Amino acid sequence: MAPVVALIEHADGKAFDTSLQTLAVARSFAAGQAVHALVLSSPIRLDLELGRNAVFALANDLGHYGVNVAHIAEHEALDSFAPDAWAAILGQLADQLDATAVFAAGTERGNEVMARVGARANLPLATNCIAVSAGDPITLTRQRWGGSLLEEARLNSTRPLVTVAPHAVPIETAEAETKVETFTPQLKEQELVVRVIEHVAAAGGGVSLAEARVVVSGGRGVGSKEGFAIIEELAGLLGGAVGCSRVVTSAGWRPHTDQVGQTGTKIAPELYIACGISGATQHMAGCKGAKRILAINSDAEAPIMLNSDYAVVGDLKEIVPAISKEIRANRGHAG
Amino acid sequence: MVLAPDSMALETRHLGFTISPHEECGVEEAVRMIEAKSGESVVLTLGPAEAAEQLRDAMALGVDRAIHLETDGSEWDPEATAAAIIDAIRADEAASGPFDLILFGNESADSGGFQVGLRVAGALGRPCVTGLKKVTIEGASVRCEQESEGGRDVYAVPMPAVLTVKEGLNLPRYPSVPGRMRAARKPVATMTPTQAQARLELASLVVPAGQGRRAEVLGSGPSAAPAVVEMLRKIGVV
Repeated sequence: MAPVVALIEHADGKAFDTSLQTLAVARSFAAGQAVHALVLSSPIRLDLELGRNAVFALANDLGHYGVNVAHIAEHEALDSFAPDAWAAILGQLADQLDATAVFAAGTERGNEVMARVGARANLPLATNCIAVSAGDPITLTRQRWGGSLLEEARLNSTRPLVTVAPHAVPIETAEAETKVETFTPQLKEQELVVRVIEHVAAAGGGVSLAEARVVVSGGRGVGSKEGFAIIEELAGLLGGAVGCSRVVTSAGWRPHTDQVGQTGTKIAPELYIACGISGATQHMAGCKGAKRILAINSDAEAPIMLNSDYAVVGDLKEIVPAISKEIRANRGHAG
Repeated sequence: MVLAPDSMALETRHLGFTISPHEECGVEEAVRMIEAKSGESVVLTLGPAEAAEQLRDAMALGVDRAIHLETDGSEWDPEATAAAIIDAIRADEAASGPFDLILFGNESADSGGFQVGLRVAGALGRPCVTGLKKVTIEGASVRCEQESEGGRDVYAVPMPAVLTVKEGLNLPRYPSVPGRMRAARKPVATMTPTQAQARLELASLVVPAGQGRRAEVLGSGPSAAPAVVEMLRKIGVV
């Protein structure tokens, strides 16, 4: 019986959680068919014979997530990301296996590679799915509006291409005996035209918005660029990062890198403090991953007040400094 | 979010329409390129008659002319959308010469398919770089910067090329009154493409169940500060 195949993204010898989540959806679709995985690596870092290589260990370990066969594709061109090459390799493996479906995580790279697979093979692609069932047609549930809305859809395809919405389905463990094989792809020159030629590291300093444990954000209610001083102060006291809504970046008060939202950064902190933010769908798509939300808003009826865990009603320009002062006072008492 | 009675679309009676954030930055970038290098910029959309307003908005920012692939407002899947755009670009290039760059938003705000630009590039046989936050024309090639883990990945591809861009690429300008007046006189070519059979077919939309947050009001005004700090201590962030 023909298998399904999933692309596994990895770094530092570890498969991404998003790829392991993808395997759960792929296994459920496969319903007993074999699950194959594709792991890309460059030969420089590959040492199959000794079995010490991190990529080999990673591939071997995919059995814990139900993978029956892990294919390690090696090619010198894989030293840097080349999305057309990735798509070519994934397409070649799917052809060789006569795969009934191809899966990848709905990450930036996963979506991009799968769209290229679809364009090359003239196959439809359903992105950011949370459930997929085999059948004719295939039925699936996918995210829209950054996850604020779900779509039930039918997919008519001989080889469905599916990406799985990040962090929307749990990782599932299963014990399978994994066979690790080497896959040698054939790449054409034109598939290496688009490739990463340089990586520019981000300017250091400060806590990264995506990784911060606490994010303090300001919206229209902050009123001005200068108004963010009190937001920065509170974020500093909490060891957190400063965020903002789209209105703020459009007004030029803060750089786009500070924007929390569907078209900005999606965050998942322990605590999100939203000050003077109404809570439009576009914003909530970026902060709904927060474990807890504290909303500070003069409008008790603002949408964010209904989507938060804690709320304080009133003028943020008085409340935010009062909170900072209280934190300082408490620290004073403590020592 | 409120759905229309048939659950096939959002209820839009009380909503306004606008160019989506990624695409707005694409329009701004095209205008800036032409301002810096000379040449012509064209804006294209596929959508209902009402979308003509967004084409005028783009021309008010400085785009020279528009192509409107007019639909009846029903859902078009990514493949059908790409097919109509490919046909329109081929026809325009046959008449007016090739585009050096074709810019798309990285993904649509509503459906989030992440694929129309890549499908168009594939059909035209041009390189495509996605998710760009910075684009620099350097001679006959274009340097592209994409946000990635801990910084930016850089690509350089020869033109003609297809680029998909993201909000943050630039800070779009607001249209001026003279810009709006000029836009009213700029040409819009309207055509009604045939819709290819959808292979990814919308069956219905569902508003997901709430996340179960129920706000505990900690107080109002600055006097709420002690209660807030008590909460911060309880959850372990101070």
